[in-house]
Amino acid sequence: MENLAIDPTLSTIKHDDVFAIAMHHRFQWEEAQNTYVILFPEGMVKLHGGAGEVMKRVNGQASVGDVVTELKAAFPDATTIEADVIGMFEMAFGKGWIRKI
Amino acid sequence: MTQTSLGESVVQKEIHAQAKNNGVAANITQTQPLWMLAEVTYRCPLHCAFCYNPTDYDKHTQNELTTEQWIQALRDARKLGAIQLGISGGEPLLRDDIEDIVIEAKKLGYYSNLITSGVGLTEKRIQAFKDGGLDHIQLSMHDITEEINNFITNTKTFELKKKVAAMIKNHGYPMVLNVVIHRYNIGHMKEILEMAEALGADYIELANTQYYGWSLVNRSQLMPLKEQVEEAERITNEYRAKVGGKMKIFFVVPDYFSNRPKKCMNGWGEVFMIVTANGDVLPCHSARVLPNMQFPNVRDSGLEYAWKESPAFNKYRGTEWMKGPCVTCPEKMNDLAGCRCQAFLLTGDAESADPVCSLSPNHHLIEKAIEDSKNPVLASQPIIFRTDKNSKKYVAGDKERVEEFHALP
Repeated sequence: MENLAIDPTLSTIKHDDVFAIAMHHRFQWEEAQNTYVILFPEGMVKLHGGAGEVMKRVNGQASVGDVVTELKAAFPDATTIEADVIGMFEMAFGKGWIRKI
Repeated sequence: MTQTSLGESVVQKEIHAQAKNNGVAANITQTQPLWMLAEVTYRCPLHCAFCYNPTDYDKHTQNELTTEQWIQALRDARKLGAIQLGISGGEPLLRDDIEDIVIEAKKLGYYSNLITSGVGLTEKRIQAFKDGGLDHIQLSMHDITEEINNFITNTKTFELKKKVAAMIKNHGYPMVLNVVIHRYNIGHMKEILEMAEALGADYIELANTQYYGWSLVNRSQLMPLKEQVEEAERITNEYRAKVGGKMKIFFVVPDYFSNRPKKCMNGWGEVFMIVTANGDVLPCHSARVLPNMQFPNVRDSGLEYAWKESPAFNKYRGTEWMKGPCVTCPEKMNDLAGCRCQAFLLTGDAESADPVCSLSPNHHLIEKAIEDSKNPVLASQPIIFRTDKNSKKYVAGDKERVEEFHALP
């Protein structure tokens, strides 16, 4: 998920922000396609593995910082993980898939 | 049902979102019926002049699938990978088993959408849908004026639609409005958007009429001028900038005024599957107009056969079936030669280029249609509304103008 990488210091997403899945959106695993999806009125998106790993931790309780810590532990070999995670939050928030608590 | 968002525009939205990438799969060429549209009945209390349903729908109103058959179809489609379910018609609420269908859809993990005119939606039913797990309701609206609403639908439904909109909102549903745009409401774009905002719409789709079924019959009467379409789009863009993310506005561009055809259904048999009231399985809304095609039916064979094996679903997959100028066109993957139904309806050859394309040898047919829409004699012909009586005439082969004359508002 290297193309998510942006400079975290430039982001509007803060480490103590907490997000939940947006109203009228649903995040679920799709067995037939072996992928996570976000469903909403009039559309859906399929998420690559990395994006799915971030979204499945968006639960209205974990902070962005918590998600970064967890993913760093889960994927110790990924070097740009913090920027990737911030980038994913940025995009998901921009697209209205998640809402700030 | 109206010219709904469940068609190509929605699929394009999905693909559009995917194309931006950033962790989102650009998985656009696999064939998988992500969208399942259940046209559960062709019966409808409205008589919209722009309906894309087949003019001979009366033939298909008999012999509707049973609740059990619908539930089986939902299960089979889910196994094939369907996620988004549209429950449409006709007016789906004319069936009394939508509640059962909704419950099953929830159980199976669909994201389900009831596409309705609102006629027949009661407090009791919407509560049952909510309890059953229906995800959203798409309501068709027609205009800000009672006159145009009642005229174009040939019914008195204006007040009812406003009540239903409030009911949808009160039950915590996202408000998704679909407005089909034509000559009679295109001048009211700003007011329509203001109405949507006032109703608390989360999404509004402004769907310019596409010409199939009843709308093709009434094309000269419905088609706006190119300048009107451009003005409507300008107003829409302005409104979108003003309202921000609060209300998502989709403007479905009318293909007659484009130089290239739409990538219809995002490709034949790519991501979209329709099961019609009588069980026919179709790759697009109007495919039954195509000649020499035998569409599979869920009564005879399962959906897996329909999607994977049936000659009908395989016929226009890929590019091998194309003719010139498409077959050698460097842009052929952009639009896959456009719409087969439109090609057939306008040129008589289902495999020819969609005449919307300026490279099509038949493009003059589109130019002629645009000219005809400016012809005051043709434009003032009586509109033929979508009624059982008129449909019976089409079935009987009587394509003369019907005698009912509806004065313009």
